[in-house]
Amino acid sequence: MRIPILKLHDYLLISIQIDLDDQTAIQFQEDLLSKIHKTGATGVVIDLTSVDIIDSFIAKVLGDVVTMSDLMGAKVVLTGIQPAVAMTLIDLGIHMQDVPTALDLEQGLLKLRLELEE
Amino acid sequence: MDFQSCVKIQKEWDIVGARQLGRERAKAIGFGTVDQARIATAISELARNIYLYAKTGKICFEIIDDLEHKGIRIYAIDSGPGIEDISQVMEDGFSTSGGLGAGLPGVKRLMDHFEIDSEPGKGTQVKTVKWVR
Repeated sequence: MRIPILKLHDYLLISIQIDLDDQTAIQFQEDLLSKIHKTGATGVVIDLTSVDIIDSFIAKVLGDVVTMSDLMGAKVVLTGIQPAVAMTLIDLGIHMQDVPTALDLEQGLLKLRLELEE
Repeated sequence: MDFQSCVKIQKEWDIVGARQLGRERAKAIGFGTVDQARIATAISELARNIYLYAKTGKICFEIIDDLEHKGIRIYAIDSGPGIEDISQVMEDGFSTSGGLGAGLPGVKRLMDHFEIDSEPGKGTQVKTVKWVR
């Protein structure tokens, strides 16, 4: 399974709408990095509205992809984390403090624009 | 105590299968959305441990529904290498696999009751329960 990555001007938009297995998550990491490389995108929004479980592995993959993209010069914002997912992550002991987040896609794009204009 | 069902963990995709089945079971007996997510996440961590360390094993569900309690009991059973030092794996941040090390202590926090039994060379059994509130 591949997660579609859409390009919009200088941004890449991803909406994860499937139950992520490990392989799909790793594949997504690779796909996103090569897409950043190919398009020169400066901002990325990963929308997690439809994701109803994030376990420690998926959290690590998402956290890593934020750092990796940052190394390549693209800012990533995670959006739409559900209340149940946020509570579960904290129970698990995963705080994701260095990861930029926003309530929804709209807020995420706003956050990127503000950050990139600075 | 009601019926019991098991999911074999043999390949990576079985991790997803196990947590989806667990979530369905949890929903059916009346857990709310947050507890469904907690249960599914706990199963995911347990199933991944089996897949990573023991290669194969099983996750079993037991629905508890009597006059006093309603809940789900989850067993994670493997006959893998076992754990030498259980207190070490129950420490936050300890990992031998390069993961986040949130696994077992995380599962303990997500659930209401947690027991682990392991014998080096024989395997590991985790038993954990969540009650419907």
